[in-house]
Amino acid sequence: MLNHDIIIVGGGLAGLRAAVGLCEKYDVAILSKVHPIRSHSIAAQGGINASLANHPEGKDDSWEKHTFDTIKGSDYLADQHAVEIMCKEAPVIVYEMEHWGCPFSRFEDGSIAQRPFGGAGYPRTCYSADITGHVLLNTLYERAVSKGVKVYSEWFAIALVIDNGQCHGVIAFDLINGKIVPVKSKVTVFATGGYGRVYQYSTNALINTGSGIGIAYKAGVPVKDMEFVQFHPTGLIGTNILITEACRGEGGYLINNKNERFMEKYAPKAMELAPRDIVSRSIQTEIDEGRGFDHPLGKYIKLDLRHLGAQKIMEKLPGIRKICIDFIGIDPIYEPIPIMPCQHYSMGGIDTNEKAETEIKGFYAAGECACVSVHGANRLGGNSLLETIVFGKLSAFAIDEYLSGNNVSPEEKPLNAKLNEIETHIKKIANNTGERPFSILSDLSKNMSSNVGIFRKKDELALVLEKIMEIKERYKNVHISSSSLHMNYELLNAIELGYMIEVAHTIALGAYLREESRGAHFRRDFSSRNDEKWLKHTIARFGADGNPEISFKEVVITRYQPMERKY
Amino acid sequence: MIKETAYTFKILRFDAKKPDETPRFQSYKIRVIPGLTVLSVLLRIRDEIDGTLSFRSSCRSAVCGSCAMVINGKIDLACRTQVASFGTNTIILEPLPNFEIIKDLIVDMTPFWNMYEKIRPYLIRKSPDPEKEIKQSEEQRRRIDQFVNCILCACCYGACPVLARNPDYLGPAAMAKLERFILDSRDERPDSVLDEINNENGVWGCDTVFRCIDACPKEVRPTDSIVGLRKAILKKKLFGKYK
Repeated sequence: MLNHDIIIVGGGLAGLRAAVGLCEKYDVAILSKVHPIRSHSIAAQGGINASLANHPEGKDDSWEKHTFDTIKGSDYLADQHAVEIMCKEAPVIVYEMEHWGCPFSRFEDGSIAQRPFGGAGYPRTCYSADITGHVLLNTLYERAVSKGVKVYSEWFAIALVIDNGQCHGVIAFDLINGKIVPVKSKVTVFATGGYGRVYQYSTNALINTGSGIGIAYKAGVPVKDMEFVQFHPTGLIGTNILITEACRGEGGYLINNKNERFMEKYAPKAMELAPRDIVSRSIQTEIDEGRGFDHPLGKYIKLDLRHLGAQKIMEKLPGIRKICIDFIGIDPIYEPIPIMPCQHYSMGGIDTNEKAETEIKGFYAAGECACVSVHGANRLGGNSLLETIVFGKLSAFAIDEYLSGNNVSPEEKPLNAKLNEIETHIKKIANNTGERPFSILSDLSKNMSSNVGIFRKKDELALVLEKIMEIKERYKNVHISSSSLHMNYELLNAIELGYMIEVAHTIALGAYLREESRGAHFRRDFSSRNDEKWLKHTIARFGADGNPEISFKEVVITRYQPMERKY
Repeated sequence: MIKETAYTFKILRFDAKKPDETPRFQSYKIRVIPGLTVLSVLLRIRDEIDGTLSFRSSCRSAVCGSCAMVINGKIDLACRTQVASFGTNTIILEPLPNFEIIKDLIVDMTPFWNMYEKIRPYLIRKSPDPEKEIKQSEEQRRRIDQFVNCILCACCYGACPVLARNPDYLGPAAMAKLERFILDSRDERPDSVLDEINNENGVWGCDTVFRCIDACPKEVRPTDSIVGLRKAILKKKLFGKYK
């Protein structure tokens, strides 16, 4: 049995920032199923929001205005005190990352460059060309290296061990050596990212299974607002690779087959820079009403950058140009980019508060796997990188406070019991004779994309819930080719699939029950927001019968009363 | 309907846990639609044909650096390589050279990360931090641009002929990272760091045959960094300091 004061699961921005904040005082280890530098934070492109007021048109910007934009963007479902904390902290952490070496792009006066982004009243998105996630993740990993943070690279957390309302650690799976090892810890932090792969069409990396959320949920930790799924307006047709919002921030147009900038109809003021939920719905509507373009891989809308000119594209969006050339054979200097909306981000996640605490003692969560909630029903572009670093940092403060004030002694007994359970589960998977994991996942993800997508309806959601029950049955007989444990990705896929089905269940059930339209959750049968009935968070717990038990929680309102959302 | 083409994938199989078995190529026949990448075919082979096949992958978009391998003799990322780009229906896949194989296309990257850590890959400052950002001109920022783009995929490490004969050689990626910090106007590391690379395991080991530049999927030019570091060493020798 391994033993650490603090075990952090996930080596992306949130996990690394928590580790950096704790490693000088505590015995900290990061456990990550991929090398930390391969984490999905690396793929973020456009930038990180902070009211630095560096931009000539952003001199009046302030953290309060950032807060208001975020809350309005959230369709008033965000907890306002948490948004205030995040936006106040934003300039602090951006300067901190800069001091640690982050190579931001610069304005002429040598200050950090900022660009306009969707749903923001001022140009406040700090960036490094179109590789902002890459530079932030490298900088934080470099910081962790400089502090000698211990990393278990290519180790997967299979289960979270909770007993008597306290977390005792995790059961870990050393993927390279094929060993299953209990890890005892006073504190466990999940920074395991989002669940994009529950959907067939997603911009997310293959590692974004959401298994961390599923693991916590099955261990008894409540999850929050799972029905709020962000669909990014501009995923590349076919591969669904992310084409950053910065394309529109820099002035790109969305064009339908009538050669119209159709956003004029949907958001006359903000146009292409309306928040993502609105732009995605507008694109889908254009496609559904026959104003899209045809492609062998599906229908699409054009993202036109040509008028920006070669110099601007090469300087500000070089990564996007390379993606287009490598993956679809198009140079955006000369041709528009074929895009379609696809799943991008999980607003929902493990139910945490503004200190990254959950209701379980010794268990914390931060980043995309957590739901504070600062994004409510719709996240603004540039706020996800911000959330990871801010709440990674704040989790470190809260954990220090907890460990300083309490005599915490995790126990081996529940860890050993869980180890037995996991070993039995793996043996069973290896001896089953049913379906391979990929065919079950493909069925699940197709159903989620078709029926729990941008536009939702009661009968389709009911259908998908039935389907999930059937898939749960099929999963009981999931079968893999080899029973050896080392470097057995099919086994890992089979284990993660079990958690993905649970995650999908909470998303679909939340969407079925929420009879209103708010942010990214749009019901064709209940097409307006209903604050009277639904200004509340959905909480799902793993019930005794294996189904989610749903309850609700008040939204924290400080000084921003819900208003109609117009752009 | 999109027309499918039949391909044969020959993939090197080996398991370090079974050291008595010699590495061998296994063939997989698969029908592929145009526009597919090597990675997407690998995923299909593992899903639909052979669940025991091991390879790393994550982002599918050439930013995470997981899937470097040798594809028909050329080192590249599987995710950004089009199956149709070779003009042949046979695709041969091998793990990155200059590393020990763990299983199939997965290599042990430990030596690569050891070299990375050795050069102290982080900003070193002596001056106190200002309240806001440390100012840097766009021109100063541009100087480090190509080295910032490195995704640490180790394509260059696999391609380097020096590493094939001298495993103690620092290698292209680590030196590109060091140059990224030395060129950074904010970095204040002591001149003595140059002494550590002023030898055959450092900058003077490079054959300057540019294999690293050919192999880089992100248009980084590690040889430029090695030449830059050599110049810094000479500058320090002549003028007493490199900056």
